[in-house]
Amino acid sequence: MTTSFNSLRNGPDERGFFGNFGGRFVAETLMPLILELEDAWEKAKADPTFAEELKSLSVDYAGRPSPLYFAERLTEHCRALSGGKGGAEIWFKREELNHTGSHKINNCLGQILLARRMGKTRIIAETGAGQHGVAAATVSARFGLPCMVYMGATDVERQKPNVFRMRLLGAEVTAVTSGAGTLKDAMNEALRDWVTNVEDTYYLIGTAAGPHPYPVMVRDFQSVIGIETKDQFRAVKGRLPDAVLACVGGGSNAIGMFHPFLDDPEVAIYGVEAGGHGIDVPNGHAASMNGGRPGVLHGNRTYLLQDADGQILEGHSISAGLDYPGVGPEHSWLRDSGRVTYVPATDREALDAFQVCTKLEGIIPALESSHAIAEALKLAPTMDKDKAIVVCLSGRGDKDVFSVAGYLGETI
Amino acid sequence: MTETRISRRFAKTAAENRPALVTFVTAGDPDLETSLAIVSALPKAGADVIELGMPFSDPMADGPAIQAAGKRALDAGQTLAKTLDLVRRFRATDAATPIVLMGYYNPIFIYGVDRFLTDATAAGVDGLIVVDLPPEADDELCLPARAAGINFVRLATPTTDDKRLPSVLANASGFVYYVSINGITGSAAPDAGLVAAAVDRIKRHTDLPVAVGFGVRTAEQAREIGRNADGVVVGSALVGAIAGSLADGRATEATVPAVARLVEDLARGVRAARARAAE
Ligand SMILES: Cc1ncc(COP(=O)(O)O)c(C=O)c1O
Repeated sequence: MTTSFNSLRNGPDERGFFGNFGGRFVAETLMPLILELEDAWEKAKADPTFAEELKSLSVDYAGRPSPLYFAERLTEHCRALSGGKGGAEIWFKREELNHTGSHKINNCLGQILLARRMGKTRIIAETGAGQHGVAAATVSARFGLPCMVYMGATDVERQKPNVFRMRLLGAEVTAVTSGAGTLKDAMNEALRDWVTNVEDTYYLIGTAAGPHPYPVMVRDFQSVIGIETKDQFRAVKGRLPDAVLACVGGGSNAIGMFHPFLDDPEVAIYGVEAGGHGIDVPNGHAASMNGGRPGVLHGNRTYLLQDADGQILEGHSISAGLDYPGVGPEHSWLRDSGRVTYVPATDREALDAFQVCTKLEGIIPALESSHAIAEALKLAPTMDKDKAIVVCLSGRGDKDVFSVAGYLGETI
Repeated sequence: MTETRISRRFAKTAAENRPALVTFVTAGDPDLETSLAIVSALPKAGADVIELGMPFSDPMADGPAIQAAGKRALDAGQTLAKTLDLVRRFRATDAATPIVLMGYYNPIFIYGVDRFLTDATAAGVDGLIVVDLPPEADDELCLPARAAGINFVRLATPTTDDKRLPSVLANASGFVYYVSINGITGSAAPDAGLVAAAVDRIKRHTDLPVAVGFGVRTAEQAREIGRNADGVVVGSALVGAIAGSLADGRATEATVPAVARLVEDLARGVRAARARAAE
């Protein structure tokens, strides 16, 4: 932990608040469990063998460190877009090369080790795109624990390859039909499971949201992204990048990338939310910080998509992993403090970026990550050639090829 | 402790040597007018305390029956403002039966805590149960509610151990709601023996009445649980009766009587609770 006086990296406070956001808004049944989890997490952090175990698995099992890659042709593309006048270098932090194909494994490895320390014998998880479900099922298989994944029925339909992958890994997948059958409904159902099975069950939350200590714990497990990026970029350029970008669903890959850079004012930070059909379309997007307001859901206070009565809206995104009406509380705080700029990218822009990246770089990005690339394509041409931006390529897009084909009007 | 409708009601049922029957229905289910008719029929059918659910899009602590009730209400256009208005209209006809609003924090937070407390007091609300506000969050609503003269009813659960119980009870008022099982509303029936032990445990820590809920569906269960509990809460069974009376999702002539009949039956259960025990 950084302890410098004016640091932006000191949060949360002991009650789990980042400014006015975060906290522990949960039913009494869960409160003792959350306190127990916090205690276990504090102990694990202080225990060097925990860090060693995690490090060894991260390297040998997940394949860390992930490469930092200069996206040369995408850079050229942006330079052409700027009419040759500018065009910052675009670099990718290649989280999609991790085992299971996304950043989600970073968090799952950390949490499964914690679950084992706590003596828990059953894992539950929620998932949207299925990437977290796959990662949770993977680590559960690796450690021989039964795993139940809650997934909205709509998402089960649009992420079929991942559903089958989870089943192959031995997990049980429950399709949740309440609400619109997307990520928030899956999270509700996982919470219902947890209050029912308090003794043996560990809830492996997949993003930097939920009640304290989840947001800070997930952030710490994901911060390896930003820490590596810093070191890798410095090794090549002898300085820090001028901007870092990441897509924001619940916000775990983004906070993992951002947190190590928060106290480096020379680095601009951009979080990219799901703009769906457009921020002006009612309930047509999932950009909680650009189109929502603060409220309380899933154990924390944060920006939420909601109506005038405080009922939560479903939101919409082309990408199942960004289709969440809330966002991790630390992002809400970073938004209000102005340190991070949060912008939307529409479905259309993400789909275009998906194709451009695939054709020019030979890398098929996840639709989630494509939102971050879309912003890079807007930003890079406005910057000078000697500038550089790093995009967190949070996941690979193999899971999305069927739905992208559908959007492009092709049948496969 | 100042007297409130809630304290007076529990004093009355205690004087009658029986537990209070606490009935839960969701405000606006299946529509506003039918809901008012249901709530108005409850006291006559034998309900001692009314819990009125404030519907929320994401009822994380509720099982399928109350989830469905909330959805029916929201689909029919229920809002927090309409729920307060429903209380106001009920209060115009019944000055004695306590009303406790139960739900989740976000709609109240969005309504605005101060405005909510003002309007709730004016409408005749006596207490609040807010599932996702544990004692750690008391400064959000619990303390302002107490200052405004509205009871904040605390949930205690099987996971609330002796170490934690004092902090759970510290700012509690009205009564304590013991959640009889780890789980969601409408789950399996609790083990009466375990519940009795838990109620005794809580009573060692507080003078407030202790009501028991979650999983109580029948008069027989109400009788058993009511032996040492000061109140028995029934919810899912009642909203299930509403659901069973609907045609194409709409209220029918059978809707209000279906709820009233079940409440009459439950009322016999709570009245038999101590009678049999004393035999
Ligand atoms: C590849 C990928 N990126 C990003 C996300 C969004 O999650 P978060 O905002 O927590 O990184 C997901 C979620 O499923 C994902 O699969």
